[in-house]
Amino acid sequence: MSDKNYLTTDYTLRSWFLTTDHKRIAILYFASLIFFFFIGGAAATAIRIELATPQADLVSSDVYNRLFTMHGIIMVWFFLIPSIPNTLGNFVVPLMIGARDLAFPRLNLMSWYIFMLGGCITLFAILAGGVDTGWTFYTPFSTLYSNSYVIVAAAGIFIAGFSSILTGLNFIVTIHRLRAPGLTWYRLPLFLWSLYATSVILVLATPVLAITLLLMATERFFGVGIFDPRIGGDPLLFQHLFWFYSHPAVYIMILPGMGVINELVSCFSRKQVFGYKFVAWCSLAIAAVGFLVWGHHMFVSGQSLIASLVFSFMSFIVAVPSAIKVFNWTATLHKGSIHFDAPMLYALAFIGLFTIGGLTGLFLACLAYDVHATDTYFVVAHFHYIMVGGMVTAYFGGLHYWWPKITGRLYSEYWARTAAVLIFFGFNLTFFPQFILGAEGMPRRYHVYPPEFQVWNVLSSGGAAILAVAYLMPLFYLGYSAFFGRRAPANPWNAPGLEWQTSSPPPEFNFASQPVVTRAPYQYNEHFQAEPQNA
Amino acid sequence: MWRQWIPFWRPGLSPHSGDVDLLFAGLLIASALVLALLFFLLVLFCARYRAGNQIDRDHRVKKSWHWEVSWTAASFVCFLGLFVWGASVYFQIYRTPADDNDVFVVAKQWMWKTQHPGGQSEIDALHIPVKRPVRLVMASQDVIHSFFIPALRLKHDVVPGRYQDLEIEVDKPGHYHLFCAEYCGTDHSGMIGEIVAMEPADFSNWLTQQAPSSPLASEGGQLFRELGCSGCHGGGGTIRAPPLEGVYGKPVPLSDGTTVIADDKYIRDSILMPRSQVVASYQPLMPSFEGKVSEDQLLRLVIYIKSLAGHPS
Repeated sequence: MSDKNYLTTDYTLRSWFLTTDHKRIAILYFASLIFFFFIGGAAATAIRIELATPQADLVSSDVYNRLFTMHGIIMVWFFLIPSIPNTLGNFVVPLMIGARDLAFPRLNLMSWYIFMLGGCITLFAILAGGVDTGWTFYTPFSTLYSNSYVIVAAAGIFIAGFSSILTGLNFIVTIHRLRAPGLTWYRLPLFLWSLYATSVILVLATPVLAITLLLMATERFFGVGIFDPRIGGDPLLFQHLFWFYSHPAVYIMILPGMGVINELVSCFSRKQVFGYKFVAWCSLAIAAVGFLVWGHHMFVSGQSLIASLVFSFMSFIVAVPSAIKVFNWTATLHKGSIHFDAPMLYALAFIGLFTIGGLTGLFLACLAYDVHATDTYFVVAHFHYIMVGGMVTAYFGGLHYWWPKITGRLYSEYWARTAAVLIFFGFNLTFFPQFILGAEGMPRRYHVYPPEFQVWNVLSSGGAAILAVAYLMPLFYLGYSAFFGRRAPANPWNAPGLEWQTSSPPPEFNFASQPVVTRAPYQYNEHFQAEPQNA
Repeated sequence: MWRQWIPFWRPGLSPHSGDVDLLFAGLLIASALVLALLFFLLVLFCARYRAGNQIDRDHRVKKSWHWEVSWTAASFVCFLGLFVWGASVYFQIYRTPADDNDVFVVAKQWMWKTQHPGGQSEIDALHIPVKRPVRLVMASQDVIHSFFIPALRLKHDVVPGRYQDLEIEVDKPGHYHLFCAEYCGTDHSGMIGEIVAMEPADFSNWLTQQAPSSPLASEGGQLFRELGCSGCHGGGGTIRAPPLEGVYGKPVPLSDGTTVIADDKYIRDSILMPRSQVVASYQPLMPSFEGKVSEDQLLRLVIYIKSLAGHPS
C-alpha cells in the first residue's frame, strides 16, 4: 500500500479545483466558510463597537443598517447553513458509512461552484453599496422603499439555495445507497441520522425560499400586487412564505450540531449514546414538526388569534424532542469514563448553551410573553444562543474532533482547551446581558438607544471583544498544526467509528478494502475500550 | 408590590402587564429549575465519572424505556401548562376592544402621528388618561411598523393596508417609552416617542389647552364633500348609493348574499376597493380612491362616517 493520501495524490491547482473527491471538496468549502465567517464576524464587531455607546458615534444609521443586514445574510446563508453539512459532513459521511465517495461526486463539486457563485454575487451587492433590509427582507420595505441592492443580494441567496438542495439530495442518496455491508439504519452513527433529517429539510424547504425571492423580484421589477397592499397585495403573505422556509432553516442550522454532539459525548464518555433510537427518531421528529411552527414569528402581526394558538402549541411540541436529546446526552455521561479533551469541552459548552437557548425559546413560544419580547434583544440573545452557542460551538467541537483525520496532524491540546473555555465565557458575557436588555424592552436593530440601556450594552460589547479573540485563536493553533503539528495516528481518540478505521489522512478512495459492519455504533466494552468495527 | 424588590425589574403598569410579569416569573422559575438540575447533573457526572477516577461503574443502566418515557411525558406536561397559561393571557391582551374611547395612530417613516377625536394631534407622543381603556386605531402609510410600549408589555404590528385595533390602559401617571419594534428603514431607531399618562382631570385640561382647529369628524365631513362623496351618498344625488347614516357598527347585507359588520376596516376597504364588497341591491359604480387619499384623510373620513351613527335619517 502506498503512503499517498488524499492530500498528497496531486499538488496542482487544477487537481484541487476540478476534484471530485469529497474530502478535497470539504476542504474547498472549509476555506470558503472561514472567509465568510470572518466577513460576518467583522460586521458583528463593528455593530458591537457602535452599540457600546447610546449615540451614533462610529457609523451613520444607513451604514449600521447595512452592517447588521450583511452580518445576518452572510452568517445565515454563507456560514451557518452550509457549515457542518458541507465541511464536516462532506468529509466524514462517506468515511462513516464505509463508502469511496458520495453518490454523486461531480454534483458535489458543482454544489461548491454554485455556492461560490451565489456568495460572490451577494458579496458584490454588499461591496457595491450594501443592503439595508435586514436578512428577513420584509415587504413592502424590501420591494418598495429600500433603494439598495436588494435584488442582487437576493439573487445570490437564490443561487446558493440550489447548492443546498443538491447537497441535500446527495446526502440522502448516499446514506440510502452506499452504506457498507451490515450497516443497517440502526447501526448508523447519530451524526448521519441528523444529517439525513437536515437534508430532508434542505430539499423540501429551500424551494419555498427560492419562490419567495422570485416573487419579491417580480414585485420589484413589474409592480405586481403580491405583497404591496397599495396594489392589492398582502405584506403578511411574504412573512408566511419567508418563515415557512426560514423556521425550518433554523433546524438546518442546529440539527447537524446536535449530530456532532452525539459523536463527541459518546466518544469522550466512552459509552454508547443513551437511548440511541430515541435520539435518532428525535432528529426526524424535529425536522417534521419544524415545518409547522413558522407562524410563531407573527404573534403580534394581527394574524388570527386561533392561528397564533395553533402555532404556539406546535412550537412547544417541537421543543419536546430537543429536550429529550439534552436529557439523553446527560444520561450518557452517567457511569462513563469522561475525558476532557478539547472536543469534549466544546460538547459540554454546547449542552449548556443550547439548553439556555432552548429554554428561552419557550418564553418566545409562550404567546403572552412573546408579545412583549418579540423584536427585542431577548430574541437576538435567544437565537444567538442556539445558532452561535449551539451551532458554532458544535462546529468547533466537530472540527477539533475530526481535525486529526482531516489533516493527519495533532493540534496543541493546551491552546485548544484555552480557546474552548474562552469562547464559553466570552459568549455568555456577550449574549446573556442581551436577555436582560430584551426583557427591559430594548428593540432589536436599534442603532441609537435610550441611555438607560447602556450598562448591559457595554458588558455585551466587552464580551464580544473576548469572543472575537477566542474565535481567532483556532485560526493560529490549527493553522500551525496543519503544517507543523505532530503526525496523527489513524485513531487518536480510540473511537469505534468506521472513519477511524482508515489511515489519517485517508487515502484517496478512503478504505483499502471494503469494511463490513457487524455491530451497533459506539461499541465500547466494559473497560471503555473501543471494540473494532471489523469482524 | 413584591416585584419592585427584584433588581433590574421595572414592573408592568397596566392590568394585563401584571399577568404578563407573573407569566414571565413562572417561565423564569421553571427554566431555572431545569437549568439547575441539568448543571448539577453535568457537574456531578463530570466529577464522579472523570477518567481515572476509581469509582463503581458497574450496573450501568440497562437500556430502559422508563427514563425516556418519563422525561418525555414530564417535558410535555410542563410545556402544555405553559402553553395554556400563555395563551389565556394573550387572549385577554388582544380581546376585541370597545370603541368608545378612540385614538388614531398613523405610523410613517419615521414618526408616530397620533390624533384624538377632538382634533388634537401629536407627533411621537400620546397623552392618555390613567385607569381608562383607550382603543387605538392604527394604520401605516408606508412599511410595517410595530407599536411597542415596554412598560405595558404590549406590542402590535402596524401593517400597511389594514387597520389594527389595540386596547391600552395605564395604571400610573408618568412618561413611558414608545418604540417602533419592526425594522422600518434608515431612522428606525429614531422612531421613538413617549406615552404620557395623566390623571383624568389633567388630561381634560391638556385636551382643552391644545385648542384644536376642528374635531376630526368635521374635518372628515369637509373632506367628504370636497372629494365628491356627498354627491352620491348624500340625499338627492342622481346616482343611487347606500346612505351612510347610522351604518357604522351595523351589519350590512352584501350583493353576494353575505353580511359584513360596517367597522373601521370595512369602511376603509370600501373607499379604497369599493367593488370588492358591494352592498346588496346597489350597482358597483363607485370609483376607487386608492392613491387619492392619505392614511390621515382616510381616518378622518372613517371618523366622520362613524359620527353619522347618531343621526339616522
